[in-house]
Amino acid sequence: MKLLKLVPDNTNIKFLRWRVPFYVISLLLMAASLGLVFTKGLNLGVDFIGGQMIRVTFTQSAEAPVGPLRGEIEALGYGEPIIQRYGKPNEISIRMKLPAGADHDSGLSDKMARTITADIKARHADARVDGVDSVSGKVSGELWHSAVLSLGLAALAVAAYIWLRFEWQFGVGALFSLVHDVTLTLGMFAVTQLEFDLTIVAALLTLIGYSLNDTIVVYDRIRENLKKYRKMPMPELLDLSVNETLHRTLATSLSMLITLSALLLLGPGVIFGFTAAITLGIFVGTYSSIYMAAPILIWLKVTSKSFVPTESALDKQERMAREGV
Amino acid sequence: MLEFSRLKVIWLWAITLVAAAAAIPSITATLGLALPAGIYAPKVNLGLDLAGGSHILLEADPSQVRQQRIEGMDESVRNKLKQANPDIRISDISNRDGALTFLVEDPSKVDAVREAILPLTNGAGLTGARDWTINVVDGNRFVLTPTTEGIDLAVSQAMETAVEVVRKRIDALGTREPTIIRSGSNRIVVQVPGLQDPQALKNLLGQTAKLEFKLVDTTALQSDIQRGVAPPGSEIVPYAAGKDGGPVGSIAVKRLGGIRGDQLTNAQVTNNQQTNEPQVAITFNTEGGARFAKLTTQNVNKPFAIILDGKVLSAPNINEPILGGSAVISGNFTTQAASNLAISLRSGALPVDLKVVEERTVGPDLGADSIRKGMIAMGVGTLALVAFILAVYGRFGVYACIALVFNVLMILGVMALIGTTLTLPGIAGFVLTIGAAVDANVLINERIREERHRGRRVFQAVEMGYKEASRAIFDANITNVIAALSMAAFGTGPVRGFAIVLLIGIATSVFTAVTMTRMWVAQWLRKARPTEIAL
Repeated sequence: MKLLKLVPDNTNIKFLRWRVPFYVISLLLMAASLGLVFTKGLNLGVDFIGGQMIRVTFTQSAEAPVGPLRGEIEALGYGEPIIQRYGKPNEISIRMKLPAGADHDSGLSDKMARTITADIKARHADARVDGVDSVSGKVSGELWHSAVLSLGLAALAVAAYIWLRFEWQFGVGALFSLVHDVTLTLGMFAVTQLEFDLTIVAALLTLIGYSLNDTIVVYDRIRENLKKYRKMPMPELLDLSVNETLHRTLATSLSMLITLSALLLLGPGVIFGFTAAITLGIFVGTYSSIYMAAPILIWLKVTSKSFVPTESALDKQERMAREGV
Repeated sequence: MLEFSRLKVIWLWAITLVAAAAAIPSITATLGLALPAGIYAPKVNLGLDLAGGSHILLEADPSQVRQQRIEGMDESVRNKLKQANPDIRISDISNRDGALTFLVEDPSKVDAVREAILPLTNGAGLTGARDWTINVVDGNRFVLTPTTEGIDLAVSQAMETAVEVVRKRIDALGTREPTIIRSGSNRIVVQVPGLQDPQALKNLLGQTAKLEFKLVDTTALQSDIQRGVAPPGSEIVPYAAGKDGGPVGSIAVKRLGGIRGDQLTNAQVTNNQQTNEPQVAITFNTEGGARFAKLTTQNVNKPFAIILDGKVLSAPNINEPILGGSAVISGNFTTQAASNLAISLRSGALPVDLKVVEERTVGPDLGADSIRKGMIAMGVGTLALVAFILAVYGRFGVYACIALVFNVLMILGVMALIGTTLTLPGIAGFVLTIGAAVDANVLINERIREERHRGRRVFQAVEMGYKEASRAIFDANITNVIAALSMAAFGTGPVRGFAIVLLIGIATSVFTAVTMTRMWVAQWLRKARPTEIAL
C-alpha cells in the first residue's frame, strides 16, 4: 500500500532565515490587533456587559420580520436592539444592552427580558422563544473578571510548567507565542465583530493548551538536538528541529482542521464563534510555534551549554548509556 | 516497552471494555432504542443547553437584611423598655442610616437601659464577636449598630430559609427534578430541566409573600395622604395594581397593633360566591388564629388593610369578630395571581426579596437541533479523520483509528459513570478531543518512521518511537490539563462541562492512543515478525 506523504522525507527548508521579517510582521499584526481591540472594541456579549440575548423562531414565516421587530422593541424604551440571523432566515437573535448607568438596579435585566418577550409574543402569534440569556450588570462584571483572571492564570501556569520542564528561555518563548496566538485571535474578533461571550473565553483557554502542543513538540526536539549536536550553530539547529518535526506538525494540524471544519460547517450555529476561534487558533498556533517560539531562543541566547549544568539524573543516565555504546 | 504479560493484557482490555460498555446506554437512548429493564444503565446527563430548561440565579440584597435587623431591634427595644419597672422613657428614635439611635430622657437611667438591652444581642460566628455594638454618645444617646459578623450570620440564615421556601414553591408547580443550591453568600441557583417558559416560575419566586393585617388610620386626611404625609404612628401604603381598575392611590395604616399573616396552616384558591372572582382562603394555626381573633374582636366596625409585600390588596370593614381561625383575601386577582399567592403563602414568606440577576433559558427545539447537528458534525469529522489517518499511516493508522473509536466510547462511558453533564460546548470539546487524540499516534508514528530512517531494526524502531514520543506527549497533555483546570475553576455551567470533557478526553486518549496501540502493535510484531514496515 502506498502511503500518503504530506512532505517529502528529509526536507531542509530554511525556516529561520525569514525569522526577522516574520517577527516584524507578527509584531505588527499583534499591534494592529491590540489597536483594533482598543479602538473598534470587541463585540462583547451579554455575558460580559449585561442585558439580554433572546432567540426567536418565527415558525410560520419564511423570514423573520426584522424591520418591524426593531421598531417595536425600540418603542419599549430600553434602547436599540441588535437583531441577527443565526441558522435559518426565520431564526433570529435579539440582543439588548443594559441602559447606561443601570448597574445598581439588579432586577432591571430580568424586567427587560420579561417585557421584550411578552411584547414579541403578543405581536407575533408564530413567535417561538427558543432561548433567553439575561444577565444583570453585577453578574456580567463578575463573569468578565473571572474570565480575565482565568486566562491570565492559565497562561502563566503553562509558561511556568514549561520553564520547569525546559529552561527559562523556553518558558518565555512559550509565553510569548501564546500571547501572540491569543492576541491575533482577539484581533480577529475585533475585525469580524463576532460576538465575544463566555464560550469564546473557553475557546481561548483551549487555544492556550493546543497551541502549546506544537510549541512543546518543537521545543522537545530542540532540546534533544541541543544535546546531540553540541557544535551546531543555533539557527541551523532550530531549522533542523523544525524540519524533523514538520511532517508531524502538518499531520496533527490537518487532523485538527478536519474535525474542526466538520464542526464549523455542520455543527450547531450557536457555537459558530467558539469553533471559529479555535480553528483560527490552530493555524496561528502552528505558525507561531515555528516562527515565534523557536527564533526567540536564539535571541535569548540558548546554547547547548544551557543544558549541561542542569542535566537531570535521568537525562544523565540516558547520556551515559548513549555515550557508552 | 513492548513486553506485555498476559495479566497486563487482560486488565488493559478489562478497563477499555468496561469504560466503553458504559457508553452503550447513552447511545441506545439517543437512538431511541430500549434496553432490557433491570440492568445497570448509567446515562450521560444532558445540560440545560441541550435538553432545554431554565437556569435562574436569584440574589438577595444584604442591605435589606440589615434594615430588617435594625427594624426588628427597634421593636424589641421598645417592648423591652415598656416592660421595665419603673418605666424608662426614650424619644427621638430613628432606625435610618444603618443604625438604631434613641435618646434616654433621664440620663441617670443610661446604665439601666444598657443592662436591659444587652440580652437582646447575641454572639455571632466563632470569633466571639457580638451581632450588635452598643455605644452611648453625648451622655444619653444610644447608637446600636449591627456588626458585619451579625449581618453575615443573619444573611446566611435568611438564605437557608429562602432555599427551603424556593424549594417548596417550585415543588408546588410540579416541575420535575429541579436543582436548587445556594451560591456564594447571598445567591441561589435554580435549574429546572425541560421548563420552556420560566415566566410563571419567576413570578412565583419574585413574590416575597409577606402578608400583614394592619388597622386603617381613619383620622388621616386624604389631602395629607396625597402629599405623602402620614399622621404620627402611621404610614402610607399604596394599593396593589389589580387586574382591572380597582382602588388606586394609597391609604394610611397604623404602624403598630397589626398582625403578621405568617402563621398559616393552609392557603387555597376559592371562588367568591357572589362575584365569581378568584380569592385566597387562608387558615391560621392556633396561635395565629387567636391573634387574628383578638385583632378583629377589639376593632369591630373599623376598617383594616390586608397588605402583601408592602401593597394594600384590600381594606375591608371588620363587621364582626372572626373567631374561626380562617379568612378570605380578595384583591382583584387573576386566577394565576391568586394561585401564585396561595402557593407562596403555603410555602411561607421569603425572609428577603429575591431578584433574578441571571437567566439562561433554552427551548427544547433549539437544544434538540444542537444535539442533532453536533452528532452529524462528530460523525462526519470522525469519518474524514479516519480516512486521513489510514491514508497517511497505513497499518499503524488502523491501530490509531481503533484507538480513536475506543476513545470516543470511553469518554462517553466515563462521563456516564461519574455522572457529569454533557453541554453544548462539551460536544465541541468532544469533536476537538477526537482531532487532538490522534496527535499522540502521529507523534509516535513519525518517530518510528524517523528511527527506521536512521537504520534501526523494526522492533527497536517501534520501541524507540514509543519511548521518545512519550515525553512530548506527556508535556503537551499537561499543558492541556492546566488550561482545562483553569476553565473548570472559573467557568460556569456550559464552560465547565466543556472543561470536564477535555479532561476526561485527555486521560482516555493517552490511555487508548499510547498504551492500547502499543499493545496491539507489540502483539502484531511478535506474531508477524516483519522485517520491513510501511510508514
